Amino acid sequence: MLQIVFDALSLGSLYALGALGIALIFGVMRLVNFAHGDVIAFSIFALLWPSTDAMAIVFAGNLPWFLLIPFVLAVGAGLSVLCEIVVFRRFRNTNPATMMIASFALGFVIRYFLLMLYSSRPKSISLLPILSQPVEILGARLPLLQLITIIVTIAILFGLVIFLRRTRFGLEMRAAAENFSMARMLGVRANRVIMGAFALSGALAGAIALIFGIQTGTADIQMGAAVMLMAFISTVIGGLGSLAGAVLAGFLLGAASVVMQVILPVDARPFRDAFVYGAVILVLLFRPQGLIAARGTKERV
Amino acid sequence: MTLLNLVDVSVRYGRLTAVRGVSINLKEGEVLFITGPNGAGKSSLLRAIAGVTPTAGGHVEFDGAEITGRTPEDIARLGFSMVPEGREVFGSLTIEENLMVGAGMHSRTPGWKGQTAADLDSVYNTFPILKERRNQQAGLLSGGQQQMLVIGRALMARPRLIAIDEPSLGLAPNITDQVYERLIALQAERSLTLLIVEQSSTRAVMVGGRMILMRSGQVVLDGDARELGNSEAMQAAYFGYEDH
Ligand SMILES: Nc1ncnc2c1ncn2[C@@H]1O[C@H](COP(=O)(O)OP(=O)(O)O)[C@@H](O)[C@H]1O
Ligand SMILES: [Mg+2]
Repeated sequence: MLQIVFDALSLGSLYALGALGIALIFGVMRLVNFAHGDVIAFSIFALLWPSTDAMAIVFAGNLPWFLLIPFVLAVGAGLSVLCEIVVFRRFRNTNPATMMIASFALGFVIRYFLLMLYSSRPKSISLLPILSQPVEILGARLPLLQLITIIVTIAILFGLVIFLRRTRFGLEMRAAAENFSMARMLGVRANRVIMGAFALSGALAGAIALIFGIQTGTADIQMGAAVMLMAFISTVIGGLGSLAGAVLAGFLLGAASVVMQVILPVDARPFRDAFVYGAVILVLLFRPQGLIAARGTKERV
Repeated sequence: MTLLNLVDVSVRYGRLTAVRGVSINLKEGEVLFITGPNGAGKSSLLRAIAGVTPTAGGHVEFDGAEITGRTPEDIARLGFSMVPEGREVFGSLTIEENLMVGAGMHSRTPGWKGQTAADLDSVYNTFPILKERRNQQAGLLSGGQQQMLVIGRALMARPRLIAIDEPSLGLAPNITDQVYERLIALQAERSLTLLIVEQSSTRAVMVGGRMILMRSGQVVLDGDARELGNSEAMQAAYFGYEDH
């Protein structure tokens, strides 16, 4: 039972972190960033030397944890900011559909860049192997990583809330997310806020990459896409642009996936995702605006 | 001394020209009303000055510097504070947070904390209701209170000029009275320069000052509000719009 709760929480954590990365950027520039998953993949491959062998030649992956973690987060943040400067900035005043297509294209560019350097074969890597050891809690044997994933996610969420509520930059981000042009008329610097959102979002992508990489022991070009599909769904169910909604929906989806895996009859388990998506459609039928409607649309009195 | 100088400013949306060649000179400490019927181009002109809507021609000078084509945040930082039509409070932020966003542009100047606290006090003195509700979400305020909030938010930036687009929009007349009363008191107290947009000339005549009438994107009258207000020229010019 405890095992199920922890499975649900740790899977939900991944979805929540992914959804948050998308919601942050959507909040400030109404961009649904499909390149986010590829930023995740890039962050993990940055630890390896370019090569097409199955056995990865580790490059930065051998760093001690207190350097490894900042390195991966910085790679994610850096690539994400680069995407904004080189690509998204030029699309800022175009309509959301155009921006979305641009992000699709950019995602493919990143993916094929990785493909070129590393080939499509997943590579086995062993990062921080100590985390794969099991620990015993209340009679249940859990991988240490699962526990750490949950704790880290909760810490990130707390940190983000404090950042958004207590800092000047957080205040500006919230104002800009709600009404960008009004925020600018009050002197809030558009470029700074948007770059900040991309940096945060990219760092979250780095965090996902780390957790995923340690969990699966492989670096796979497809890895971002797997998490991102669920993360996208979470942002939509949560109410596009609502950070709290994205997190809530991420955890709910994680829980739904794990619970269905347990309660579905054995024959139906391979089709678990169909049931999960079915539940998603039901939620959207009843709450098309999402669980927590974003306040980004201007309220007029 | 000239604070705001518009020279031949035009604004276009695709093939529609909303503002055609408007030139206005506004002196420091002056109160200017821009009036005119719906669709005259008043809001477009204001947004163009604020840098939110691009100009299609002409240029804008603020405090002697050319600001045409600069970003809204740069223009705001020069001391031009804009209160747009519809008020645009940040509904999910608290009242105090709204005010703090307004103060943010000075966060790098020394002594900012003390100054901001003093400014906050002064806004709360002017609008006590804001102080009372300072930790509530701004979206919960009534229209009149929101209007007070956005004026207070503009003041927090310590601007040299405040431009307000239709402050009376959707407000009951007695609430509008309150808003104007405080606005004019603030103007006198701080020798603020005010640019107020309203559809009708009623308020301009009550308050006094200079008034411009816009129609179909152009300035058609410019003079003393009280003299122009009830003149036949004004009536003719205002209603001339309906003729074609
Ligand atoms: N964002 C916009 N896109 C297209 N046309 C606009 C836009 N804003 C205003 N207009 C048009 O420009 C003209 C002037 O509008 P506006 O500046 O809002 O006038 P006013 O504030 O005097 O009522 C109107 O014909 C209006 O329909
Ligand atoms: Mg208007």
